[in-house]
Amino acid sequence: MAQTLFDRVWERHVVREEPGEPALIYIDLHLLHEVTSPQAYEGLRLAGRKLRRPDRSIATMDHNVPTDGGPVTDPLAKTQLDALAANCPAFGVPLYATGSGREGIVHVIGPELGLTRPGITIVCGDSHTSTHGAFGALAFGIGTSEVEHVMATQCLQQRRPKTMRMHFEGTLPPGITAKDCILGAIGQIGVAGGVGHVIEYTGDAIEAFTMEQRMTVCNMSIEAGARAGMIAPDDTTFAYLENRPASPQGAEWEAALDEWRQLRTDDGAEFATEVVVNVDDLVPQVTWGTNPGMVAPVTANVPDPADITDDEERQSLERALEYMGLQAGMAVRDIEIDRVFIGSCTNSRIEDLRAAASVVKGHKVSDGVHAMVVPGSVPIKLQAESEGLDKLFTEAGFEWREAGCSMCLGMNPDILQPGERSASTSNRNFEGRQGRGGRTHLVSPEMAAAAAVAGHFVDVRELSYEPVG
Amino acid sequence: MEAFTRTTGRVAVIDRPDIDTDQVIPKQFLKRIERTGWGEFLFWDWRLDQDGNPRPDFELNNPAFADAKILMAGRNFGCGSSREHAPWAIQGYGFDVVIAPSFADIFRSNCMKVGLVPVELPEERVRALMDAVDTENGSEMTVDLEALTITGADGSTVEFEFDAFRRNCILNGLDDIALTLKHEAAITEYERANPSRIDTLALEH
Repeated sequence: MAQTLFDRVWERHVVREEPGEPALIYIDLHLLHEVTSPQAYEGLRLAGRKLRRPDRSIATMDHNVPTDGGPVTDPLAKTQLDALAANCPAFGVPLYATGSGREGIVHVIGPELGLTRPGITIVCGDSHTSTHGAFGALAFGIGTSEVEHVMATQCLQQRRPKTMRMHFEGTLPPGITAKDCILGAIGQIGVAGGVGHVIEYTGDAIEAFTMEQRMTVCNMSIEAGARAGMIAPDDTTFAYLENRPASPQGAEWEAALDEWRQLRTDDGAEFATEVVVNVDDLVPQVTWGTNPGMVAPVTANVPDPADITDDEERQSLERALEYMGLQAGMAVRDIEIDRVFIGSCTNSRIEDLRAAASVVKGHKVSDGVHAMVVPGSVPIKLQAESEGLDKLFTEAGFEWREAGCSMCLGMNPDILQPGERSASTSNRNFEGRQGRGGRTHLVSPEMAAAAAVAGHFVDVRELSYEPVG
Repeated sequence: MEAFTRTTGRVAVIDRPDIDTDQVIPKQFLKRIERTGWGEFLFWDWRLDQDGNPRPDFELNNPAFADAKILMAGRNFGCGSSREHAPWAIQGYGFDVVIAPSFADIFRSNCMKVGLVPVELPEERVRALMDAVDTENGSEMTVDLEALTITGADGSTVEFEFDAFRRNCILNGLDDIALTLKHEAAITEYERANPSRIDTLALEH
């Protein structure tokens, strides 16, 4: 029977399956960080259990760490980081701690090390684990009880999710990014459109994307409500993985390639749900509301509740506009910003930084705007510095920071003040996400850079700039 | 997980769709390393103003919803972050059950693991139940996981469906890890048959 990419990966990981019970599936790689692991480690300790496969586990510090290079001053954050630093060696798990020179956002370092690879299962106590699906892995976020379950058993009890194919049809216009594609798609299907599904992304645009761009797309699968996102591996994938620190070498590499090339959806394979997103006329996207589905083209206006007939939808919209401090019907381009954040597991990789630097080069951050760039990992930071990107940013007036999750979720000192408005390359614009009372607009790195210079949103396609890096 | 069979108590209604876990438990509290004590932080930013005073416009501050054990909310409840701290906080505040037209996947899974019962009903059923709640004097309900029924104060009963495996786990307070470890031989056999090329320890230097 014709199989989907998901079917292939799922079926080769089923350890046990009985009617009426969830399947027991094997987890090849478990990523850990400080926030969702302490209670799981404590659970193991209380039950007197071992961590089954430290060799399939890796931990980093990312959510809580200050990015100004200074020490952790928040006592709670320090306690949590100290707990990770004590728990990892106690259970044999390798830890890429702050200051090790190898740390970074958990979803950045997995691919960077070559641990993320086609056909494997990856979990992490973080919903953006969907990022790793860009390599044709089945990767999804779990809660702390499941973190403990994987620690103890290297397996998870899972009901088989449904499959969705999201086909990006058409030709991506110049100046349109992977971020615009996924924001546009979420705007189309809504924040619950993918619930219960694993999405496979297909189409010429996806095939033309680099791995960084594919990671941006898969990263935001969860913002459409999906369990995971996947992209079939191809030569782009293999070129990215070749010679990474953890990648197979020599004959093992050749064997891996033979196996990975089989990881495709067969012609005629059936998906539970099919979605087509036309990208021919896609315009740079800007979220205006309090979830990622509340998004509009930069050339459009903020919606007007008066135009909405459905009561519930109108109330949501009114609430969102009130929280965001926006006028119904105003032009997106007239929204003025206070802060710019370029970073997060969505858009903090080297290509993201090059793209933003290209727009910024030779310009200054607008008066009154505070802008910062936070690389996703130490290796990315060093790479960017070797290319001179840091200079382009700092000369323009951006802060150039240390690696971490930073302002994506405000668990560290990088937060918005009440009422402050940001252009952010992160993934969530929920109320208070970047700081209580803060107002977040999600955009691509190019759009964030352009907004930093203008002080308000602008259509980056109208600027002329040359690629750098 | 503690065993749960049924609960009878007041109902609280937050009639909003797409309530995300950043609202349920804001990020500033996620730095705690304890497993308990989360209830006081539930819906912090919505429940309390900047000075820590209750915001009268927020549903849970309605005296008719005080000490509620059953929470009703709009569709796609629990979307966003995977933080299990969200069901911990809902439970810690005193709720045993959440009723909604739909739940986000990770949130639902986390609820099952901690014994907070997520009851999914068709949107019109949830709407009817919400409309029947007396928002001035409060209303009681019984949610029975064994019988798979919701009974209103007026005696009217609505049936619901629930994953049979998870229902059994919650009714008996079973330890998921212990259940899986019964199949340790199968896990070991899987590992033998599927040797990995992944070794995070080999990266150590």
